[in-house]
Amino acid sequence: MQVHKYDVVIVGAGGAGMRAAIESGQRAHTAVLTKLYPTRSHTGAAQGGMCAALANVEEDNWEWHTFDTVKGGDYLVDQDAAEIMAKEAIDAVIDLEKMGLPFNRTPEGRIDQRRFGGHTRDHGKAPVRRACYAADRTGHMILQTLYQNCVKHNVEFYNEYYVLDLLTVDEEATREDGTVYLQKRIAGVVSYDLATGELHVFQAKSVILATGGAGKVFKTTSNAHTLTGDGMGIAFRKGIPLEDMEFFQFHPTGLAGLGILLSEAARGEGAILRNSEGERFMERYAPTIKDLAPRDIVARSMANEVREGRGCGPNKDYVLLDLTHLEPAHIDAKLPDITEFARTYLGVEPYTEPVPVFPTAHYAMGGVPTNITTEVLQDNDTIIPGLYAAGEVACVSVHGSNRLGTNSLLDINVFGKRAGVAAAEYAKGADFVDLPENPEADTVALLEHVRISDGGEKVAMIRKELQDTMDANMQVFRTATSIDKVLADIASFEERYSRITVQDKGKRFNLDLLEAVELGFLLELAKVMTVAALHRQESRGGHYREDFPDRDDEKFMKHSMAFKDVAVTTESSAENIAGIRLETKPVVVTRYQPMVRKY
Amino acid sequence: MSNIETAETAPEPASKVELPAHLGGGGEIPTFEVTLRVRRYDPEFSQESKWEDFTMTMYGTDRVLDALHKVKWEQDGSLSFRRSCAHGVCGSDAMRINGRNRLACKTLLKDLDTSKPILVEPIKGLPVEKDLIVDMEPFFQSFREVMPFLVNRDHAPTKERLQSAEERARFDDTTKCILCAACTSSCPVFWTDGQYFGPAAIVNAHRFIFDSRDDAGDMRLEILNDKEGVWRCRTTFNCTEACPRGIQVTQAIAEVKQAILSRQI
Repeated sequence: MQVHKYDVVIVGAGGAGMRAAIESGQRAHTAVLTKLYPTRSHTGAAQGGMCAALANVEEDNWEWHTFDTVKGGDYLVDQDAAEIMAKEAIDAVIDLEKMGLPFNRTPEGRIDQRRFGGHTRDHGKAPVRRACYAADRTGHMILQTLYQNCVKHNVEFYNEYYVLDLLTVDEEATREDGTVYLQKRIAGVVSYDLATGELHVFQAKSVILATGGAGKVFKTTSNAHTLTGDGMGIAFRKGIPLEDMEFFQFHPTGLAGLGILLSEAARGEGAILRNSEGERFMERYAPTIKDLAPRDIVARSMANEVREGRGCGPNKDYVLLDLTHLEPAHIDAKLPDITEFARTYLGVEPYTEPVPVFPTAHYAMGGVPTNITTEVLQDNDTIIPGLYAAGEVACVSVHGSNRLGTNSLLDINVFGKRAGVAAAEYAKGADFVDLPENPEADTVALLEHVRISDGGEKVAMIRKELQDTMDANMQVFRTATSIDKVLADIASFEERYSRITVQDKGKRFNLDLLEAVELGFLLELAKVMTVAALHRQESRGGHYREDFPDRDDEKFMKHSMAFKDVAVTTESSAENIAGIRLETKPVVVTRYQPMVRKY
Repeated sequence: MSNIETAETAPEPASKVELPAHLGGGGEIPTFEVTLRVRRYDPEFSQESKWEDFTMTMYGTDRVLDALHKVKWEQDGSLSFRRSCAHGVCGSDAMRINGRNRLACKTLLKDLDTSKPILVEPIKGLPVEKDLIVDMEPFFQSFREVMPFLVNRDHAPTKERLQSAEERARFDDTTKCILCAACTSSCPVFWTDGQYFGPAAIVNAHRFIFDSRDDAGDMRLEILNDKEGVWRCRTTFNCTEACPRGIQVTQAIAEVKQAILSRQI
């Protein structure tokens, strides 16, 4: 085992991690640990754009953007955070342009902007052109540009280092009111070098979690195979809560059957959704902005069309995205990649044929709770000094119960930058926290269990069954019955997981072992999502309970906070939710009182 | 502004249209037997590499990556390969499939001859670590050497720098690179000469040399004028054929050669 020492360690090299690294690397001794080569990160799969009220092509301002974000998130957004994001969006875009990002341009040479779901002029009057973009590969350009600038600034990467543990210590501390509590402090991380199978301990004054999402709990997903919620999982196992995990976004337009993302930019450029009768059904669900309604509404409307028998295809199980009225030259200029996906993977020619689409699991609104400085919270009021989180792994919360399109690319840039600055500044004035004795002990035990266990259960089989039950029961429509089914299934998966066998017994690039560890995180997170979904007896944003179809602000306009807690047993709670304690956190409301959400 | 007016006066699409009858048409997706013949290597257990066959039933929409997953998940968990996004944008799974460099996630099985075993090998010219995994470090080293980042010495404006749509289009093709190494590892010069920068590094230099906002074109041209630079290219077009993003790689290299000769960017 080797021990390394850095002021700042960043875990993850997607958009948030690299944006943080550019700041931190220039201020403090910084290392980036990433289980993938940086340019493989899933930020690169984002397509449509990044919103900022530049007002380059029509009137706009950050207050409208803030309002849209709050309303889009169905009033579960922390409004102070949303305001910061909308204000700092403008500099975030300009920063990227100065770093070299090749945005599409207006005839005047300014950054061009286009429409996107839920982004409106003057509080909902009409769609507004707010999304800055580079064709339909904006995420690719952001990831490449950030990596290029990391190269420029000599950022130190440890590629294919998989972080498996946060090293924290608990110290007794006293609150202002005299009560004693355990204050967590961060000492570093433990990582597993995929190439060699060796463990490396990184001692650090600051740690930034930027590990992305957990879409692989679902079967049909736009997410990469590697998005297994590792950062959320290791934090949760260390007693750090997870906030609002019941809210998962289903992107309306995944390629049917495959889940591959087709950007909302298609609809921003004029494409429309049709059912088996050829009807533009979004006119019924969102009369004002129609196909450009927020994603939760569009996804639910699509699923409802299918459920009521107006789906297309031999099994009537998808709807169609129609671009055939757009000029081929316009499609080639603005949407080249997604039309190629339709051709490559479904053999459909979007110039002349509508494309089969269905909602695909896309984005975790919830995650590791942070304040607006990206400091991680161990409870509603207490930060963990030196520990930061940004991007999809985090919950600030700027997305509330439903993220607007483009706001994730914005989130990683705004809060990635904030995390990099804050972590480096903190490290300058802080001492190292002593590493716990045998810092690698928990990780060794975790890996040994996975390596030695030989009960014969296959990781891939359990994962597939988990994904199947999540798709069937925890997708856009949920009920107590469907949620209970998932919880019962997860209980059986957990038992089987204790009896898995990993075939690869080697040390070099043991990705078989890696997948087994990842499945552990997926099971843990699926359970948190499901338990939180069971307790939220209302419908809000991406969480729709058919047995509680209305939003209930009186009882539920608050964040959920899930803690891992072995004291919660089958005696003290229902059988399948043992091990998780749920609490709540108030929503920060500044300008906007909750209103009925209509589009 | 003109482009807004166009958009707002453009006719709304019909709210209802007759759909063509074949839509969704398909019925059953055909299944077929397929054999993958994979080049295996794990120096932890043997210095020898060997071919190994895996046979399975697959569907018409499946990709080579799906077949590799089926092997790993159902037959042999030790089979090792990199992958992430699974739809051709992350660049993890470049490999040699039937002798051609491709992304496994972008190669549909039905487009290959499935009557014979499908040959799957690691990309060439980079040290093999295990099975289909190669050491990417030499590849990224070449990338880093061409100054793959914007250099602008002007005083930064408070807003964005202006760039016309035409200036932006000048380097559009080379911005699409995903650093998968399919081009570089298909290049015969790269196979025999470990020092050559390779097509991907030149593509990424091109992306900045022809960016109107960049001031370091001369420095990059100087780097690429090196004996291991662009002049090693023998214009075999392997790289262009290999690029999963459709970048005109050979043309980009030719433009860089031309720029060195004329020193006019």
